[in-house]
Formats: sequence, C-alpha cells, structure tokens
Amino acid sequence: MTIAVTKVRVEDKLYQNRYLVDSGRPHIIVRPHDKPSANLLALTYVCPAKCYELNDKGQVEITADGCMECGTCRILCEKGGDIEWNYPRGGFGVLFKFG
Amino acid sequence: MIEQFDAIVVGAGMSGNAAAYTLASQGLKVLQLERGEYPGSKNVQGAIMYANMLEKIIPDFRDDAPLERHLVEQRLWVMDDTSHTGIHYRSDDFNEAKPNRYTIIRAQFDKWFSRKVREAGATVLCETTATELVRDGNGKVIGVRTDRAGGVVFANVVVLAEGVSGLLGTRAGLREMPKPETVAIAVKEMHFLPEEVIGQRFGVKGDEGCVIEAVGTISRSMAGLGFLYTNKESISLGIGCLVSDFAATMESPSALLDAMKNHPSIRPLIAGSEVKEYAAHLIPEGGYRAIPQLFGDGWVIVGDAAQLNNAIHREGSNLAMTSGRVAAEAIIKVKSRNGPMTKANLALYKTMLDDSFVIKDLKKYKDMPALLHTNSSNFFDSYPRLMSHAAQTFMRVDGTPKIEKEKNTTAAFINARSRWGLVSDAVRLALAWR
Repeated sequence: MTIAVTKVRVEDKLYQNRYLVDSGRPHIIVRPHDKPSANLLALTYVCPAKCYELNDKGQVEITADGCMECGTCRILCEKGGDIEWNYPRGGFGVLFKFG
Repeated sequence: MIEQFDAIVVGAGMSGNAAAYTLASQGLKVLQLERGEYPGSKNVQGAIMYANMLEKIIPDFRDDAPLERHLVEQRLWVMDDTSHTGIHYRSDDFNEAKPNRYTIIRAQFDKWFSRKVREAGATVLCETTATELVRDGNGKVIGVRTDRAGGVVFANVVVLAEGVSGLLGTRAGLREMPKPETVAIAVKEMHFLPEEVIGQRFGVKGDEGCVIEAVGTISRSMAGLGFLYTNKESISLGIGCLVSDFAATMESPSALLDAMKNHPSIRPLIAGSEVKEYAAHLIPEGGYRAIPQLFGDGWVIVGDAAQLNNAIHREGSNLAMTSGRVAAEAIIKVKSRNGPMTKANLALYKTMLDDSFVIKDLKKYKDMPALLHTNSSNFFDSYPRLMSHAAQTFMRVDGTPKIEKEKNTTAAFINARSRWGLVSDAVRLALAWR
C-alpha cells in the first residue's frame, strides 16, 4: 500500500454540519446489556457519525447528537432489540445544507 | 373540528413531492408532512437527476429549477490501490437544448420542488414527524398520527413517501424492515472549488458536467461504488457499500471515504478543496425481490420506501418521481369514478407501475443484488487487481517477449479464480444481466 491515509476525525467532519439538538430527548437509546451483540459491537465501527462507543466495562454507549439519521443502526440492531430507534421530533436533528 | 383530506403524503423527497404535486394540481385536497425544518433538510442523494421523469410532472422545470451541470461525460473506473482502468464516454450530443441528465444539490432542488407543490395547492407542513398510521375498525388506513399536540390528521388515502428507513410502513407491518444485505450505507462529502478549477480538472466548460463512478479495491472487498459528481462550484464525492458487508468487515465508512480521497487517481481532482458537509444515507439495493406490497386499504407506498432503486444503473430519484406520479394518477382515477380508496381499487397503482420502466427495469436485474452480495470479493477485489496488473504488464516495455506476458496474465487469472471459477462468474454475471 502506497496510499498515505490522512486521518480526518469524524467529529471534525460532523463539525461542518448543522444540527438542532433536542436536549435531553435522545432519539436512539441503547438497551442495557452486559455484553454487546455482534451487530451492536459492529456499530462502534460502522456508524458513519461514530455515535456508538465502547465504555470501559465493554458495553456500547450512544451519543446521538451527531447522528445523521441514516438508519444503519436501525437496520442492524432494531430487530434484535439492541436499540430503541426513532426519528428526532419534527424540526430537530441534522439539517443538511446541501444533502 | 376534524379536517379531512383527500390524501396525506408522508415525506417531501422526490417521490413525495411528485405525488403531492400531481394530486394537488388535479384539484385534490392534499396535506404533505415533512419532518425537516424545510423540504430537503433531511434528504441526501449523490445526486444526478434525470430530466425525462421530471418533465412528465413539470414540463418547463428548466425555467427555474436549481440545476448544477448537465452531463456530457461519464467515466467508469475500475481501481486497484494505485491505478484505475477506465471507460469514458463523452459526446457533444449531450449539449442539447433540453439536456437529459443534470447534477443537482438536493437541499436546493427539494426546496424548489416543494414550492411547486405549494403553488399547485397542497398544504405542506414541515417540522412534523409522522409517528403512526391511524386505522379504522376494519384495518383501513384513515389517517396519520404526528408528533404535534393533538396531531392526528385524516385522509381517504395515505401516500407513504417516507424513504428507505421510514417509520410508518414498517411499524404498521405494511412492509418489512430492509435487511442488512438489501441496503447500502453511503457517505458523501461536498468539496468546494472555484468553477474554473472544476472545468479545467474535468475538461468541461460552462455548465457542462462530468461523472466518475469507481469500483474496485476502494471498497475493500465489499460490494460497493464510489462516485464523483461535478456540480457548479463543488464536487459531490462519496462511497457506499452494503450494510451487511460493513458489519462483517467492521470497516468505518468515513475511513473508507478518506482512503478513497487519498487514492492517487482521485487526490488531484479534489486537491485544495474546502469540505462543507459530510452526509450519510441508506440506499435500497434489494431490487425487484425486495419490493414490498405496494398498496392496501387506504395506502400506497412509493419511492425508496418501496425499494424502488435500480442499483445497477444508479437510478433512484427518477424511479421515486415516477412511482410518486403514477400512484397519484391511480388515486386520481379512483377518485374520478367516485371509488373508495380500497385495496381492490388501489391495485390500479401496481398495474400502472408494472407497465412502466420502473418495474420492468428492476425485474430485468432481479438476480443481480444476490450475485454481487455473495461474490463481492471477486468482483470488487480480485478482478480489479488482475485487470490492473494485466494492463500494466501490457504497457510496460521491459524486454519480456509478448507471448510470455500473455501467458503470465492468463495464468494470473486462473491462479486467482481457477478456470471453473472464471467461467462460472462470467455465466452468472451474464444470466443476472440478461
């Protein structure tokens, strides 16, 4: 591999976006668990906004503020009950300038 | 007092706007719900817009629609880590009075489309998330619950134009949730550059535009596609792969995009650009076999929510617009003969859609999604590497006799995939394409 990959932190990418955060009312909730399922664990890599992270106890936590509402986590984890998924209330969430 | 509408359209994307416009312009009382601050604020697309399908809805759209560039050149690149092998098609015929394809910026385009919907007489209610379908005792859909206080609205028919990850249809059991192997997750950045710089780098002038679509090792063995679309003063650059492949490989979509931007064939095209937005969106990839039941008592499903996307030809918004228009035309026909919006009557929508390019095209490629899903490492990694190696061997002049080069190239293909594997891939691809 000769490609020098410049790492851009996802947080810095999200900084370009416009959001109206619904404080105290997260639209996605991770259900309490001891050990994350394979799909839930995968979200710590696959979520394009890096909303999902492992805590020191090995459990997956979500901070939904930077969510782009793509639905990837819903496709992977709603059916198995790992997460509770909703859209933000009307008007809240990501507001694309270009889309 | 309960307000009753002829139709409620859920969503103000391509299919929803097409449906709402068509219904309202025929005098129906239409309510359209959109959860974004303005129509377009939640919508993401590559984005290429096909004129023909919009012309059937708004014939003179070119007078005032926000269009970026009309496309005169299309490139398809097969990439390995350091090279690309390309097919380019460019024709001055595309510089016609009424061009066939344009790049657009969805937030701007959807605002324009929504203005047309309102001018046609529909009521458009933004900042309103539809949360649930309301049914009567017989299970007929009679309205929509929203997240506004006292927010239930009623209509004779509900058009579900809520997108690939819409809540209503899946919650009501009208359609299944897409499976990880039938949706792709795509990420995209908007790279801003001066108009002249884009013109120079892509060899286009004025409003002419160029498209590059790229497959190969940039998707790291996953079934996926990268793209660069030229807008007037920006380049839409993105990559998408199947969600199931991402979950299996645990690759990060944003890292994949960064690696693609650093590819030596792509880096010079975006050098010095300013990134102003990062977006992500699911793309329905299940094709014909993933299309849900399209109609029922008091409801129809259109656009991405109905998985109407032709992944092979990268056509989505035109299928969305067409399904929205056709659904509206079916509803208008049922209403004009005073028929109730029952399942039996709304079956007309499916009959009409079956007869259009939408279903005919998806049917043609019905086996393609499964083939790419199960065979992604060959199509997106082995073959691109072999192709690049063959091209380089052919072009490098190093004193090796040509006959030896040919033998080595053939041997490389057979080593990588075996004779039987090569024939079987070719046959399966041909059958799925037929």
